Amino acid sequence: MKTQQPLIITNGRLITPDGLIDGGVACENGIITEIGDISGIEGAETIDARGQLIGPGLVDLGVFAIDKPALHFGGITRAALMPDQTPILDLPSRVSYIAKSGKPDLWVHPLAAATRELAGADLAEFALMRDAGARGIATGRNWIADSGVMLRVLQYAAMLDLVVVSHAEDSGIAGDAVATAGEMATRMGLPSAPAEAEALAVARDIALAEMAGARLHIRQVTTAAALDLVRAAKARGARVTAGVTPAHFMLSDLATGDFRTFARLSPPLRAESDRQAVIAAIGDGTIDVISSGHDPRGPEDKRLPFSDAEPGMAGAETLLATTLTLVRDEVIAMDRAFALLCTNPAQLLGVNAGRLIVGAEADIAIVDPDKPWIASSAKMAARAGNTPFDGQPMQGRVTHLYKGGVKA
Amino acid sequence: MTSTGSSSHSGRYPAGGQAFPHASLTGIAQLERHEILYLLDEAEQWVEFNRQRDKHCDLLGGLTVINAFFENSTRTLLSFEIAGKRLGADVVNMHAAQSSVKKGETLIDTAITLNAMRADAIVIRHGSSGAVDLIDSKVDCPVLNAGDGQHEHPTQALLDTLALRNALEERGEGAEDFTGLTVTICGDILHSRVARSNILCLQAMGASVRVCAPPALMPDGVERMGAEPFSDFDAALQGCDVAMMLRLQTERMSGQFIPSAREYHHLYGLTQARLDRAAPDALVMHPGPMNRGVEIDSEVADMLDRSIITRQVEMGVAVRMACLDILTRKARGVPGWSGSSGGGQWV
Repeated sequence: MKTQQPLIITNGRLITPDGLIDGGVACENGIITEIGDISGIEGAETIDARGQLIGPGLVDLGVFAIDKPALHFGGITRAALMPDQTPILDLPSRVSYIAKSGKPDLWVHPLAAATRELAGADLAEFALMRDAGARGIATGRNWIADSGVMLRVLQYAAMLDLVVVSHAEDSGIAGDAVATAGEMATRMGLPSAPAEAEALAVARDIALAEMAGARLHIRQVTTAAALDLVRAAKARGARVTAGVTPAHFMLSDLATGDFRTFARLSPPLRAESDRQAVIAAIGDGTIDVISSGHDPRGPEDKRLPFSDAEPGMAGAETLLATTLTLVRDEVIAMDRAFALLCTNPAQLLGVNAGRLIVGAEADIAIVDPDKPWIASSAKMAARAGNTPFDGQPMQGRVTHLYKGGVKA
Repeated sequence: MTSTGSSSHSGRYPAGGQAFPHASLTGIAQLERHEILYLLDEAEQWVEFNRQRDKHCDLLGGLTVINAFFENSTRTLLSFEIAGKRLGADVVNMHAAQSSVKKGETLIDTAITLNAMRADAIVIRHGSSGAVDLIDSKVDCPVLNAGDGQHEHPTQALLDTLALRNALEERGEGAEDFTGLTVTICGDILHSRVARSNILCLQAMGASVRVCAPPALMPDGVERMGAEPFSDFDAALQGCDVAMMLRLQTERMSGQFIPSAREYHHLYGLTQARLDRAAPDALVMHPGPMNRGVEIDSEVADMLDRSIITRQVEMGVAVRMACLDILTRKARGVPGWSGSSGGGQWV
């Protein structure tokens, strides 16, 4: 094994599974060796994190591009890559190539396509792709409309103990919609679908997952009705988890006014009542993961009429700061924020990271939770600046990032 | 005739460029009531002009108007073309729908190209909602929305309103506005830009608006635009003063929204018997093209005393002439509309 300089970070406020404690963290050979009161290590690089938080590196579950500068800016040390790539991640060789693509300072965990070419018909080779480095199975940007196919996906994934990451939007109802049905979509004349398209998809996928005994992670749950279904499923012990991206707890469909294509997302932005329901669900534990959904899109994809523009936002850089607003608003505590951003997604992917514990991989972010900055689409580190938060003041930023004990 | 923006309706709206302080006409939603009134009053002058034998003036002489239609159209394109030519402009029609120009950067590139050709006004029709706003943000000449997706069709709403006002005045029922008037718009409300613009325009004029469609063709939240929704056409027609029929926009539908045209006619076709539920002498309107026997029966469409469908077409030219005239006044240096010669009222 390659030897590397030990790392000691001192004087910070540690975010641990047991809560926040003052102290430091020591790492050797890429592994966390001590937490709390640190004894010196000879020859160690020492960082004074006075006044700052020391947390795990963020684990971003479901990005659409390996955009290292943006991911590092956001404090992300591991990213689960959606299979909607060119070419699609539906073959072991492609998965294997992608799994090695970010090393050493960013670990990419491919999510294998659930069906060949993500066409929703034929199962892809899950076991071979798992052995090639896939950490989960995903349906991609689309829902699998055929319930029989989805059941078999879940059964097969359950056998292999792989989580299935699904997109929940009933395609029959959603059709070519680009907005949520409601006053905004009607005024703007945008093709829209009722918010219930999500609840219907969630209801079916939960039922199938329970039949199959599979682990189901619904990547984005954005409506009150769907959240109620997740809540009820969890209460009866189903192996269901839910995620969301910051746009859906920060913005409502009002943000699409003036046909702003940076707010063209999938699922589309919802009504204010649904936004509030998402915030409540983050607070009560119904939502397990906050991810960026990072999907940088250049002007050729976004400088178009709203319904012709591609959905997606560059989210990596604003992931932490937007989540910290929930802490400042007292929706969640700081340790819960990091559970949503790090611990839970790492657990779903089955990786030894996302927690500051002895023996875990030394993925560490030092965070100044109060540092002010402005999100600017013109100045982003991302490949493209398609953020719906353009021009908004942000608070909280990663000042140092380490992957396996080495500066990222 | 040399319209310069003066109007006989003094006091209804501010003077000069303040009467219509917009550089473009992208939708009714952006307009104040007095601005709508101003456009209608100006258009009314062109109605008389168009009824003369000599229908040519040189108001827009030397100016170039480009009709860029990214979506097929016959009557709207023709109407804009006639309007521009009667005002003496050089009118160029760009049939983008028939070329490979569909979307992507090409739309903005096209806008930039038209701008570089020094167009003095660009009329846009496009299949995507918001496309006209996008082009408007890229060019520095006036842009007129000739229909964008399911969003707005402002000149259609203006001409419908003018036709209605004109017909009511002719009957001796004219008033300052449409207060007390109930208009029922029936048809494919979901996909209709005409319905959206008309809801806004008619309400601004004081009318009560009912909308009627099968549930699958009724947009969510339309009541929050102030329109009263119905799925029962007979109930929607009860006592209304105007029945405005819309066609099924099958080209915008993805999937099947109604079982058949025959069934649609059974529930939503305007027949003589149905029209009897409306107020006596209620007027019938349709933006065209009509599907006779589907949304409207021929005997209703052709009623000389009730149907104002051909009047709508006539008013279309006048409205578009007024819009082209007003929107080019600043460039033409019309006193009161030009920042330099008219006191800077034009914004």
